[in-house]
Amino acid sequence: MAEISLKQVVKNYGRTPVVHGIDLEIADNEFVVLVGPSGCGKSTTLRMIAGLEDISDGEIRIRGRLVNDLPPRKRNISMVFQNYALYPHMSVRDNLGFGLKIAGQSKKVVAERVDEAAGILGLSELLDRLPAELSGGQRQRVAMGRAIVRHPDAFLFDEPLSNLDAKLRGQMRAEIKKLHQKVASTIVYVTHDQIEAMTLADRIVVMRDGHIDQVGTPMEVFNHPANTFVAAFIGSPPMNQLPATLDDGRLRLGDGTAIALPTRLRERVRAGQKLILGVRPDDISPEGHGLLEEGEHDTIDLEVDIAEPLGMESLIYSRLAGQEVLAKLYGPRLLSPGERLTCRVALTRAHLFDADTGRNLEAD
Amino acid sequence: MFRAIRTRQTTLAPLVLLLPAFTVMLFVVAMPLAFSFYTSLTPYRLTRPESIEIYIGARNYIRLWDNAAFWAAFWRTILFLAIALNVELLLGLGIALLINKLTWGQRTLRTIMMFPMMFSPILVGFQFKFIFNDNIGIVNNALQSLGLIDRAIPWLVDAQLAMFSIIVAEVWMSTSIFAILLLAGLLAMPRDPIEAARVDGCNSWQVFRHIPLPFLMPFIFIAMTIRSLDVARAYDIVHVMTGGGPAGRTELLWTLIARVGYNNARMGEANAMAYVSTLLSIAFTVFFFRKLMAARRYMGGAE
Repeated sequence: MAEISLKQVVKNYGRTPVVHGIDLEIADNEFVVLVGPSGCGKSTTLRMIAGLEDISDGEIRIRGRLVNDLPPRKRNISMVFQNYALYPHMSVRDNLGFGLKIAGQSKKVVAERVDEAAGILGLSELLDRLPAELSGGQRQRVAMGRAIVRHPDAFLFDEPLSNLDAKLRGQMRAEIKKLHQKVASTIVYVTHDQIEAMTLADRIVVMRDGHIDQVGTPMEVFNHPANTFVAAFIGSPPMNQLPATLDDGRLRLGDGTAIALPTRLRERVRAGQKLILGVRPDDISPEGHGLLEEGEHDTIDLEVDIAEPLGMESLIYSRLAGQEVLAKLYGPRLLSPGERLTCRVALTRAHLFDADTGRNLEAD
Repeated sequence: MFRAIRTRQTTLAPLVLLLPAFTVMLFVVAMPLAFSFYTSLTPYRLTRPESIEIYIGARNYIRLWDNAAFWAAFWRTILFLAIALNVELLLGLGIALLINKLTWGQRTLRTIMMFPMMFSPILVGFQFKFIFNDNIGIVNNALQSLGLIDRAIPWLVDAQLAMFSIIVAEVWMSTSIFAILLLAGLLAMPRDPIEAARVDGCNSWQVFRHIPLPFLMPFIFIAMTIRSLDVARAYDIVHVMTGGGPAGRTELLWTLIARVGYNNARMGEANAMAYVSTLLSIAFTVFFFRKLMAARRYMGGAE
């Protein structure tokens, strides 16, 4: 339906800049998730696209049309808010039909579209209720229904699931994904939850302090994090990050532990460079209990501090070079605290970051 | 036997404890009310105390029916109420909406806004009597200096203008009550639905019409209820500014009642008038309260 383009978009509150000139191209029918910690400017960016915040500098185009000075009602977008933002004094039916009524659509068209949206979202039984008489998940669905009845150019979601409990959040996540498949549409979705970002997005935009740190498909962002921030933010539990130096072709950690330098990175490092070795817990496993038994690897000795059995796998908390390190044990086996394990580190999936800039050595 | 006394004590205790309150209510509220109602059934004149003993039934009330001055004051009071309340509502709403937009200095402004309410109505009356004085008043002075008029306007002498002037004083004094109550409503209102409505395609007026206005209706009716009681008993400002003149053209119910009761000493008749005007107040209160309940029901979904 519509592509959205941001060029050098800046937002200042008074003299405090909160968004520092970001560029982003969102393709037609693309599901883009803006993700980052609170205060990173993701919601502000979304609200600028919606027209609820003024744009301090730069350009936003929707469907090629410059919208900088257009009020929200002229942008033909719809938005789902974190607190649902339903009209408390209107029934579900009136909530859904409100935008169409304001747009001057005939009663017949309003009724048809409301019924259609209610059908898609399973709200048909609830049309005469007031928002106060609905559960959180139902309210969320009404908010989504209100967005889809208008057949907008794009949908904006502002942390729509953060007020729901964990189980409902999972369900609604799936419903949003289904909705995107049923109602082909451009979606910009803001969340601080990296799982939502991974599961929903065609492309993830990781933001920090008003800058975009990385844009990419979920797998790109997961497998090739651009810097230490993205590496720590995406993926749960987060990637282990161990300070290291290059010593005689090997990586030496703070306590003297040596780990082999992945061959593919040999050309990328300089002698004496301060580095950070990034390895996900999934890639450190006791021998015979790993995900990846093939390929280049090295071994380290870890002592179990705590083991958390999760069923299919156990999470191992240990210490290495004075900091906490997480490892995973696949396949059932009892572990006891104090037990020493020889773990394989999958070097093919290890990353090296420059300790000063935080950038991934393989990032272009 | 010991037990029996205890039981009696516990049943008596609440009654004994309530007795002072009942006694006070009886002497302060119930008896004066009954007494004044009784006097409205007599030709009681303050100058002839023995007239209080003559019972004349509903004659005072029947006579009111043909009393043109009373009905003139009655309808004038309703008109005064209607104009003052509506102007105060519109101005108060405007002020509340503007102050709600402020991000800086809001508290200070809220305090300043309350200043008119801190003055005694008598003093407000005197001040406006001076402001509208045709010779030395600031209004005529200003209009003449600006060259807008060449002759003094008799603000408090002309019948229509006198009513207008009184309404201005009343509005000046009490608009802030509306503004404060409505501002409280606006501050309590969730912001999200407004943004949702803006995205849903509403222009500013449509947003206001569909979101904050229904939300404010209960607050508006609360303010209306309070103010209708207040304005219906208006006496001080009118008394000071025009004394009900010229020729009774600004006479409201209570200035008339006070004149009949105290100046003419016809307390029986005045009490009859007072009871009728109380009915008017009750009617207004019931009307606004019904509206309030309806508005509350309408907003029943509000979280």
